[in-house]
Amino acid sequence: MITIAALTLREAARRRLLWLLAGLTIGSVALTGWGVERLATLAREQGADELSIWIGVSQVLILVAFMFSFVVAMTAAFLAAPAIAGDLESGVALAMLARPIRRADLVVGRWLGLSVVLTGYAVASGLLEIAVVALLTGYAPPQPLVAVAFLAAQGIVILTLALLLGTRLPSVGAGAVCVVLFGLAWMAGVFAGIARLFDIEILAAVARASRWLLPTDGLWRGVVYGLEPPIVIAGAGPTVGPIAEANPFYASAAPPIEFVVWSVAWVAVVLALAAWSLDHREL
Amino acid sequence: MTPSVSRPPAVASGPAIRTDGLAKRFGRTVALDGLTMTVERGEVFGFLGPNGAGKTTAVKLLLGLSRPSRGRAEVLGAPLGDRAVRARIGYLPELFRYQPWLRAREVLELHAELAGLQRTGRPGQVADALGLVGLADRAEWLVGTYSKGMQQRLGLAVALLGSPELVFLDEPTSALDPVGRLGVRSIIRAASDRGTTVFLNSHLLTEVERVCDRVAIVDRGRVIAAGRLDELLGAPVLRIRVTDLPPKAIAALGAFGRVQLDGDRLTIDPIDPARVPDLVAAIVSAGGRVHEVDAGRGSLEDRFVGLVTGGAPAEPTPPPGPAA
Repeated sequence: MITIAALTLREAARRRLLWLLAGLTIGSVALTGWGVERLATLAREQGADELSIWIGVSQVLILVAFMFSFVVAMTAAFLAAPAIAGDLESGVALAMLARPIRRADLVVGRWLGLSVVLTGYAVASGLLEIAVVALLTGYAPPQPLVAVAFLAAQGIVILTLALLLGTRLPSVGAGAVCVVLFGLAWMAGVFAGIARLFDIEILAAVARASRWLLPTDGLWRGVVYGLEPPIVIAGAGPTVGPIAEANPFYASAAPPIEFVVWSVAWVAVVLALAAWSLDHREL
Repeated sequence: MTPSVSRPPAVASGPAIRTDGLAKRFGRTVALDGLTMTVERGEVFGFLGPNGAGKTTAVKLLLGLSRPSRGRAEVLGAPLGDRAVRARIGYLPELFRYQPWLRAREVLELHAELAGLQRTGRPGQVADALGLVGLADRAEWLVGTYSKGMQQRLGLAVALLGSPELVFLDEPTSALDPVGRLGVRSIIRAASDRGTTVFLNSHLLTEVERVCDRVAIVDRGRVIAAGRLDELLGAPVLRIRVTDLPPKAIAALGAFGRVQLDGDRLTIDPIDPARVPDLVAAIVSAGGRVHEVDAGRGSLEDRFVGLVTGGAPAEPTPPPGPAA
């Protein structure tokens, strides 16, 4: 398993994936950092007070985080979908699985290596963005480590799903299904907020169920919570709160611990399913 | 980390492969229909058949890459799918590819690790395997820059890495030129001399004819003939181009075998190869002028085509085994 994980890391380095991700991160951070700095400077020139500027920057930062969340999810899908499926299609896996290794070793080793790459990317890109924005505008979010941890967790959920689908579907199919499910889960989160607001119980129930079936949107709310200034939450208050909760870029609380535990269990179960699926597949 | 398997001591007794009614279905399609055969240790065994006959399916079943629908088999004394025994097996798949971003040496190091070879001996075994297939001077090339033929040689090196007890070669010469094929034949022979059992899956009959001790011919998932090559090809036939042979001499030649004369072509079938010089001497002493002597058997290709197309009678074949 460790051999396969190390092989996956070496593949990422040899195929220049790490350099590509580093380049994309620097480019994205530079562009968005410049944009946020321009907005903050413009607001100051217009005479806005620092508190308003910080609140404005915090909301822009959440939008930038959403972009990163999307990029991390797509990266996870398109890294993990061909990791097993591509090896099966090309014949690379055939020679390896004839060796005295378990098929689960291949799945878990691939998962481990890709998780290291993806977590490194999510943490590095997230913290770099937050640091650059803090440096340029003076605003730092309340819990940056919580935000990047949930960002990485969201990526790992998609990565694990892509590995499972890749044991049965071709690479492109597995990647495409992940992208669609990620989008659907996000929309379900939006519907859940609206359903709660208008008291539509059936819609709320379906949306809640989808959050447990694919916990990416719930984890996204954790990213938002880590970036949301307490003053915004306090300002929303009990009256505006329910309306604000329908907004996918607002979170008044961290995801409950049961949900975090479920997300960890979800990854473990889906990974075990991936190993079982490959083990029962004819090669 | 090396795989968590301990290498069981090699069991030198018993056949390398024994199958009993091994079958595989994919839905309604029967890929293998009751394969029963035995491959003895140390022999080079040819597994022949037309496309779709079930050859690759059989290899995948024996390697534990696929599960049989019914039947039983043992490989190196262990039941199918035994993970520990796979440490003693080499495999060159028919459709294979190695990581194009790795160097050839690194591919072999990876497989040495996956196979659980002793860490201290790995560098020497990797170098030996690369040298065996003539890639020692290209060990540091990226696999992606290799030609198809070089990749096939690399595949052979991976299969023979660490001198496995049993090696499955699925169409090992399909991408090679004649010189490359010659090299593969000598590699197979060298492996056999070291005691490795070679299971050669091929449709290139001349290759099989030149290196295999025994062969099995499969068609539509069943073994339709098996045995040593001389058994499969039948008794030798002598063809002589002769002129000026007196008619009364022809009857006398009947002592050597069944005689047939067609123009200047004389056929004696069957013939004891040891008696060929005596036969030629008898023709010459009777006044015949010998222009050409061809002592041989039918080709494997003739036999193969006859069996799979029904164009020639197939002799009844007992279940293949050491006595076959």
